Amino acid sequence: MSKSWTRKDLLGLRDLRREEIELILKTAESFKEVSTRPIKKVPTLRGRTVVNFFFEPSTRTRASFEIAERRLSADTISFSSSGSSMEKGETLLDTAKNIEALKADLIVMRHSASGAPHRLSQSISAGIINAGDGTNEHPTQALLDMFTMKEKKGRIEGLHVVYIGDILHSRVARSNIWGLMKLGARVTVCGPKTLLPIEVDKLGVRVTTKVEEAIEGADAITLLRIQLERQKEPFFPSVREYASTFGITRERLKMAKKDVIIMHPGPINRGVEIADDVVNGPYSVILDQVTNGIAVRMAVLYLLSQVRG
Amino acid sequence: MGLLIQGIRAVDPGNRLDQVGDILIEDGKFLVIGKNLQGSFDNVIKGDGLCLVPGFVDPHVHFREPGYEHKETIETGIHAALHGGYVGCVTMPNTNPPCDTQSVVAHILRRAKELNFNLFPCGTISKRREGKEISEMAELKRAGCVAVSDDGSYVSNSLLMRHAMEYASMWDLLVISHAIDTDLSQVGVMNEGRMSTLLGLKGSPNAAEAIAAWRDIALSKLTKARLHLAHVSTREVVKLVREAKREGLPVTCEVTPHHLALTDEAIGNYDTNFKMNPPLRTPEDIEEIVAGLKDGTVDCIGTDHAPHAPEEKELEFADAPFGNTGLETAFGVVLTELYHKRGMSLQDVIMKMSVRPCELIGVKRFNEIREGFLANVSIVDLNREWEVRKEDFHSKSVNSCFVGKKLKGKVLHTICNGKVYSFI
Repeated sequence: MSKSWTRKDLLGLRDLRREEIELILKTAESFKEVSTRPIKKVPTLRGRTVVNFFFEPSTRTRASFEIAERRLSADTISFSSSGSSMEKGETLLDTAKNIEALKADLIVMRHSASGAPHRLSQSISAGIINAGDGTNEHPTQALLDMFTMKEKKGRIEGLHVVYIGDILHSRVARSNIWGLMKLGARVTVCGPKTLLPIEVDKLGVRVTTKVEEAIEGADAITLLRIQLERQKEPFFPSVREYASTFGITRERLKMAKKDVIIMHPGPINRGVEIADDVVNGPYSVILDQVTNGIAVRMAVLYLLSQVRG
Repeated sequence: MGLLIQGIRAVDPGNRLDQVGDILIEDGKFLVIGKNLQGSFDNVIKGDGLCLVPGFVDPHVHFREPGYEHKETIETGIHAALHGGYVGCVTMPNTNPPCDTQSVVAHILRRAKELNFNLFPCGTISKRREGKEISEMAELKRAGCVAVSDDGSYVSNSLLMRHAMEYASMWDLLVISHAIDTDLSQVGVMNEGRMSTLLGLKGSPNAAEAIAAWRDIALSKLTKARLHLAHVSTREVVKLVREAKREGLPVTCEVTPHHLALTDEAIGNYDTNFKMNPPLRTPEDIEEIVAGLKDGTVDCIGTDHAPHAPEEKELEFADAPFGNTGLETAFGVVLTELYHKRGMSLQDVIMKMSVRPCELIGVKRFNEIREGFLANVSIVDLNREWEVRKEDFHSKSVNSCFVGKKLKGKVLHTICNGKVYSFI
């Protein structure tokens, strides 16, 4: 069993082995300290070029990656463009060749189409970090979630972790399901049946549409935003009814373990999936997640750059 | 003390009861179901030759309140129901405002309580019955709805129907479908066939019902939602439901008394009381419906009681609204057609009219004939012949397609939530 990282890309957690996930989390621990220094910079990636390619709007993930890259002393440039290559009349492969010509070492890529980074990775030699592809995966988010759980609970193995909300469109939930199950956690997904992927139980998770049932005995609860902009398709009747049937309130939290932690990948909708006093409450680790995101992304950037020699 | 019903045949296939004897009801409850009861009683009903059966439950009525009180009110609808031997009804939500918010549900339940009757409101599938957004079904369920339906309209958007069925199944609400593809049927005012050609009226083909029903069955398979096809009128849909049941899908259906008693031949002189949706079909359809009732494919009888005021019905055939009243004639029609003409057992008739409807909508058998239970029963004469007369109706409307017909089988008393109503 190799202790070192050997992959060119980080496309998702579905393909990773348990040891690889553990290596990233362990590496992140040492990078976390960097952000606590007065001078938050190490020379690890000096002379390397990292291109942030965001084909879909992003604020927090992009900011987190850019900070991580700069704290590692990488040269970075960020492109953002909404829409696919198709809309600009360019094929994905041509886009890839253009990025290649920039002589980037690593490409951080966010795309609205599932599988876009996977397609790209086959045709370019630069390492690719998936920063979210469609409704497929968002591996660095899941890694920072697991990092936070491990930090707060001391372990992942045996934890009961619950996801509530729009599971259907959630790349965060998918990546976490793969990662958490490999590390031995029990995972429950909960949401309106209209927002649960078909046969999601076949992935090995527990599925329920009853929020009280989901919460019972939970160690960690992640709330997923109800994407109001998706309401073009009639998934549920109203925000009001969603909040009353699935929203997490202090009252409902009584069903969870006393030391439960509440997580959210953001942006949060106060009063919808999460009550105001739960966001502000003592069990909320939502801002720790944001801080930990930098350490986890530094670890990933570091490990991938090592492969390139 | 109490009411003694003497020497009556009590039949409740739901708990395998079929015995002749005496029944004592006190404080509205069955005290003793036995033989040769002695004592002094406040009231005695002689039951010789009569049957005591669980009160009927109609899975499909239009009581028009709120919004169309000139056609029917909850009060007049309940009067009609009691005269027909009914002790419970599922009210369809196409009122104004439609039953898509808790306040309408609360109004219906409050009136039912005030009038000592059992109403089970059906909420809408879509907000305002517009077929665009799912209604707030969690709220409807909490308020007391047992089912959802956009009855009167087909939910033509299959994606909405899919999500609505997924959503309804979370709250264990029965989804009742008015399965007629309106893109195909258009403004068809009667069955499409020889008679529509003969009369020069626009027809609606059997296929419009089969297409719509098949889509909903497919969605039931996809979503695992409990689907109930309302007022099935064609042989094709009976066959589809039979196949769905064989596959183990949670699909049920009902037929109306008029669809098993009448064909499109009845429209001969453009009488708008024979205009309903779905339309009266053909003898071949009736044969399959009866076969479906006998083999269990068709779960129950629903009247689709649809009152309309005279000024609305007294129009040209093409312009008059669809619908006919049904509560007060249902038992007579069903008994005449199924029990007397086609040899269906009384137990089976009662299963279709009293037992299965409760099971479908997921309510406890409140009409069971059992000691300790509140009495919700009908006392009927299986062999009494009577003629349906316009002046005898208790519904606010008289748009019945059975006026002038002779029926065999009549309701003489209804006991609803322990209260006795006598009609002789």
